[in-house]
Order: sequence, then C-alpha cells, then structure tokens
Amino acid sequence: MSNQPRSPSRRGFLRQSLAIAPAVGLLGTSAFAPTQHATAAAQPSAYAPRYFTAPEWEFLQAAVDRLIPANEDGPGALEAGVPEFIDREMEAAYGHGGFWYMQGPFVPDTPSTLGYQLRFTPRDLYRTAIAAIDDWCRKQHDKDFPALAPEVRDEVLHQLEKGGITLEQVPAATFFAQLLQNTKEGYFADPMYGGNRQMGGWKMIGFPGARADYADWIEQPGKVYPLGPVSIRGERQS
Amino acid sequence: MIRMKPVDVVIVGFGWTGAIMGMELSEAGVEVLALERGNYQDTSPDWAYPGIADELAYGIRGKLFQPLARETITIRHAVSDTAVPYRQYGSFLLGNNVGGAGTHWNGQHYRPSPEDLEFRSHIAKRYGEKFMPADMQIQDYGVGYDELEPFLDQFEYVCGTSGRAGNLNGAIQQGGNPFEGVRKRAYPNPPVADTQGARLFADAARALGHQPFPQPASNASQPYTNPYGARLGPCNLCGYCERFGCYMYAKATPQTTILPVLMRRKNFTLRTGSHVTRINLDAGGKRATGVTYVDAQGKEIEQPAELVIVAAFQMHNVRLMLLSGIGKPYDPATGAGVIGKNYAYQMMSSIGLFFDKDTAINPFIGAGAGGSQIVDDFNSDHFDHGPLGFIGGGYIIGGQTGGRPIQQLAVPPGTPAWGAAWKRAAKDSYLHTTFVGTHGSVMAYRDRYLDLDPTYKDAFGQPLLRITFDWHDNEYKMTRYLTERAQEIVARMKPRTTSQTLRKPGDHYDTRQYQTTHTTGGVIQGNDPATSALNRFQQSWDVPNVFVTGASAFPQNLGYNPTGLIGGLTYWSAKAIRETYLKHPGPLVQT
Repeated sequence: MSNQPRSPSRRGFLRQSLAIAPAVGLLGTSAFAPTQHATAAAQPSAYAPRYFTAPEWEFLQAAVDRLIPANEDGPGALEAGVPEFIDREMEAAYGHGGFWYMQGPFVPDTPSTLGYQLRFTPRDLYRTAIAAIDDWCRKQHDKDFPALAPEVRDEVLHQLEKGGITLEQVPAATFFAQLLQNTKEGYFADPMYGGNRQMGGWKMIGFPGARADYADWIEQPGKVYPLGPVSIRGERQS
Repeated sequence: MIRMKPVDVVIVGFGWTGAIMGMELSEAGVEVLALERGNYQDTSPDWAYPGIADELAYGIRGKLFQPLARETITIRHAVSDTAVPYRQYGSFLLGNNVGGAGTHWNGQHYRPSPEDLEFRSHIAKRYGEKFMPADMQIQDYGVGYDELEPFLDQFEYVCGTSGRAGNLNGAIQQGGNPFEGVRKRAYPNPPVADTQGARLFADAARALGHQPFPQPASNASQPYTNPYGARLGPCNLCGYCERFGCYMYAKATPQTTILPVLMRRKNFTLRTGSHVTRINLDAGGKRATGVTYVDAQGKEIEQPAELVIVAAFQMHNVRLMLLSGIGKPYDPATGAGVIGKNYAYQMMSSIGLFFDKDTAINPFIGAGAGGSQIVDDFNSDHFDHGPLGFIGGGYIIGGQTGGRPIQQLAVPPGTPAWGAAWKRAAKDSYLHTTFVGTHGSVMAYRDRYLDLDPTYKDAFGQPLLRITFDWHDNEYKMTRYLTERAQEIVARMKPRTTSQTLRKPGDHYDTRQYQTTHTTGGVIQGNDPATSALNRFQQSWDVPNVFVTGASAFPQNLGYNPTGLIGGLTYWSAKAIRETYLKHPGPLVQT
C-alpha cells in the first residue's frame, strides 16, 4: 500500500507533459521553469484534449493539481489522469447535459435547496466559468489562474468554494462544486474512463475495484482485505 | 390514430407491480398486455460481470434511472411558491425500462406494523383525536394486517427474502424483530451474514437493552427457487446493489423472480417503447375504454381494453390519473378532491463512524439490504408517543451497503473537502468507516400534495407533475428523537470520531441530498370515496375498471421501506380481481 514519494519537480513534469499546446502563460514562471526542457522531449504520447481549448486545458490542470495534490499519500490528480477524464466526459452525453432536464424557463435565483437551475450544460459551465476566473485573476493578480503560485491558486479555489468571488454569469460555488465532483470522479472511477491511472486512487484508500466478490471475506471480521484492485478491463495491481 | 386489437387487460408500466399483475391475471386465463415506455433489460447481458461494477456509469451518472432530460417533476416548498424542475438527480431516483425502480433497489423488504395500516384509528384510540395536529390528514388503508398477511408472505416467497422471523404465530422468536406482526411461517431464506459495521452496531444495541435483528433482505443468502419456479443465486456481498443491477441473480427483481415464467405465457404480451399518455374514458366518464400511447416511432396508438391497471412509479401513476381526468383533483385550499392528495416522503438521518486503524471495516463488502442490523424499538407505534409530542417513527440501521469511493467515501468532520488534508483523511479513514442511520416516516398534511405544473412540459408536450412539499414540526421532532437513540448506540460502539446529518427545524427539504426513493401518496386507498381515490382493493371509486397499484396508494408514509407492502397490496388486489372482478366486473366495494 506504500506509495513512492513524489518530488515537486516530478509534479511539474507531469503537469507540463499533459499540456498539448505550448504553455505560453507558464514560460518563465518560477514554479515550472526547471522542467520545461525535459517535458518536450519525454512525452510524445501526452493526451490531446478534444473539448478544452489550450488556455482552458491549462486552467484545468492547474486547478485539479491543487484539489488533489501529489504527495507521499498517493498520486495527485495530474498523475491520475483527472484532466483527461474530465475532457472525455465533456464530449460524452454527460458533458452535453444529456442527463439533465434542460428546458426553460430557468430561474437561477431559486433557493439552493431546489437544486441546479442554471441554463449551462457541464461543458458550457466549464467554458463560461474558466474564462471568468482567468479574467478575475488577471484583474486581481495580473496573471491567468495557471500562472499563479500554488498557494495563490489555493486561495482562489477557497474563494470560489465559498462563493467569495463574483463571476459574470456563473455562481462561483456552483462551478467549484462541479469541478470538485468531476475531479473526484476522475480520481476514483474505473480507469477505462481515462482517470484513476494504474488504479492509483483505489490503491491509496484500499478499494479493490471491480472484484465484487466477498462471500468468504464476510466471515473474517476485523482483518483488512488483502488483495489489490482489479479494473473492469482486467488490469491488476498488487 | 392507429387502433390496436382490444385486450382484456392492459397494464401501464412494467416494474414490480406490473409484473405481479401480469403474472396473476394471465394465470386467470385472460389476455394481458403490458405497456412499458422503456426497453427490455435483463441480468445478461445488461448487468453482466464485471461491466456492472462501474460506479461512474450506474452509481453516479445513473444508467438505470429515468432520463430526466425527457421528463422530470417540478418541486416547490409551499403552495405560494413557484415550482422549478428537478433537473439533476439528488433526493430520489426514478427507475427506467423493464423492472423499473425494482431493478436498482437495495432489497430492503419489510412488512408494515399492524398499526401502520389503520394508523388514524390507532392513533386516535391510543392518544385521542387532539394528539394529531389540525393540518395532519392521516388515514387508514381500509385493509387490516391479518387480511393482508398471506399476501405479504406470498411476495416474500416470490422474492426469496432472507431474514429471521420475530413473531411466528404469536410466539416471539429470539433474534428476530419482536415488534413485527404475526407471521404464519418463517422467511424463505436465513439472513445474509452481517457486515463488520453491523456486528459492532448489534453488539452495542444489545448492551443497551435493544433487540437488534438482521434486516430482512431480498438478496438471497443461498441458492433459491421461488414458487413460480424462478431460480435465484446466492448474494456474494459484491457492494454494487442499490443503483445497480445484480449480476449474481441474487437480488429479487421482476427479472429474477417473475419474468422467466411470465414471458413464456401465450396470453401475456409485453410491448416496450410504449409511452402511455392517457387513459381513455367513454362519453359518460365512468368507464375506461383503454389507453392511448406513443410508440418508439412517435406514432400515437389507441389500445382498447376491458380493464386498465395503472402500475407505473408512484409519481407517474398520479400524473396519469390527472392527465386522464379520473377522480377529482385535490385542492389544498378546501381539502376536497382526492387525486394528488397526501403526498409524503421519508426523513433520514445519518451518522458516520470513524474508527482507528485496528478496526477493519472493509466497507466495500456489502450486500444491499443484507448484512445490516436493525433496531425497531422506535418505529411505528412500538413506543409511547404520549410524552414525546409527535406521531410516527423509524428504524435505526447499522452497517453498510458498499464502499464505492466516489459516493460512499466519508472523511471525519472538520476535514476540508479537497487538498492534501482531504487526501490524508480519505486514505486514513476509508477502510475504518461505517454508518448508523435512521429511516423515518412522514405524515400526510393538508398543504403537501401533487398536481400538474402550469409551466414545464415533458418531451411529448404534456405538463410535468408538480410536488408541493416541505418538512413539518412533527417530522423534525421524530428525527431528533430517533437520532438521539441512534447516538446512544453509536457512543457505545466507541468510534474515534463521528459525523452527523440531521434535519433541524428551519431546514427546508433539500432536493440535492439523497434520502430515499420512497415517495408515496397521490392516489390513496381507503374506505370513503370523499377522502380516498381507491377502495381497499386499489380500485378507482370513480372508474371501476381502473386499478392503481404501488406506493401511490399509501395514505401516509411509514417508517419502513415500501416495497414489501407494495407487493403485498398488489397480490391482495390481484386476488380480488381474479376471484371477484373478472366474474362480475364492477365496483368491489358498494358506496
């Protein structure tokens, strides 16, 4: 169950390697400069986003890297492939709002207990909110969100979570809740959806995945289940 | 419009009650047609292993749920508010396709307590009429426990329910529920083995003088062949039960218990892709002539029938009656009218227990309803409500149904929702967390009801059903009392720390938080046509060749899961149709 410690430079490497377009906004920033060179050479198979634009893709990576950071406890969201998971979901029926009733009229100022009442599908929500957050960050910090230092990104995320930032068109807390939910989905869903690489999310907590077969283990109370996870496609981890 | 060949019986909706009616009425020799708006689905290939072990597709995105994009309901808290659509799933989960919500339930299979069926009379007798708040309008079902017992039993044997009897022919049984009504024979299968969380809970409850027992579960604890000859496999505690189909053939669903036999009957036909839009009436409005539905190609089709069984989900039953103009719609201003009356829900509370690393819970080992332990001392009228000032109650449950990490991973209170601290807590807590919950009743009130929404429409342009619902003081008191009792048990379990979800006075009904899919009422049964839509046999008072099955018939909501009572009432109704109605069509109760 132990995980390899992951160094800050490894995290920067991953984040860079996952970016498809030249990361113009990041060039020269102190947090990532040391790994720029290695990135370009070593990651020919980096995932190319299908829905998100280059700036959106950078935002997504910079955000999920803070929501589930890499450390000795287990993989971070970047290593787990969470951005790829979210991008793929945006092109699926879910991203197009296919699971939601999307007929108007929309009454967004309804009490929150009556649930989501925005006109945005998930993909529209990301597009609208990311632009607004980058805009806010430029006004407050003279930089896009991805170019901010990690602790500043954390502060911005906390403000979004609390609804402490007013964004045009999108309630900040609504977008944050969606982003956090999708991030955890990408961290813990079956790896066939592009996240949870090498079942790292499952290994961290001790979840056996798709084993789904415990008739004998019910009879062994008090002992931690010993087998590593399997995925739906049959990959195994010890 | 296309007009189909007439049939004897048409069934609208093909979940649990549609399948039961199909089975029982086709056995009587009449020609039965079931119309289901969704598709066919079965254990294989639809729920085969390991594809079913997919939390994202089933647990989160809701592959087995009704697509809300085409049709949802609207909700408001009070009569003076404007309702808005239930756009995303949260509070309750509607079923879809053949089997309906009977495919993604968990298998909790209870009988009502005897007093639940004559609740108003019982409360009035024990505490006096004045004990009920003025706006509370609870009623009796019109059928008593002793009359219903053989049918509750019949449904348990069809489902292969696993459990331990508490009251066999009046003799209280050690290890069963001492509060249950008299049962004539034991459950068909022994209980599913307890999960570790349930063991800890039961030990603590016993130490406090309670009488915990294994939750009755329609998850077969061993291989089982039911009275129809359908074969169920043994539950292997896979942890993918509620929200999922069962790949082991262990969870009782229409697919595992009835359809293998029913689908072979020559006088039974299932027509899928058939969305019923209304029940047709003759010129006098006192007789149904059949139904109109829209087929998969969008063609409108008339299906004549001598008898119409409305067997969709509770909310859909109410909506179809309103759309068809059968029975007088309920008016909350005057309290008159019956269709849409007495909508009720349930009120839950939940406690997360976080243990140290030396307590291995293995939360992913779960058997749906099986493997949990129950304390029933504070349900129904098992205790003296006099000094407490509320009506109703619920059971306390200990254990877990699975540990699927997107939805079921919990972290101790005070933990941030993200970042390194969340990650550490998730890693440290996951294997060592279990839950204790309370599952409580909700009474019926004058201002809680269902009608048609004036604004929002479904994919066919028909108005959506509108729910007007919020909590009342009685339920806040009930849940607090029950949760305090649960906390006493939890304290005895000695967790390192706990979290608690409790709905307090001032908290509105929150459609974002899953509680239960146990919505009830709207086409209620009873003894008086002025206050109920159906007679005691679930037959419409207004249009006697229409019967309406399911939880829409409940006059208020009990503290138990509804499926056992729904099945029992459906068998009770089916017998009356077979033995009386088919021979002499007309009202089964004279007014």
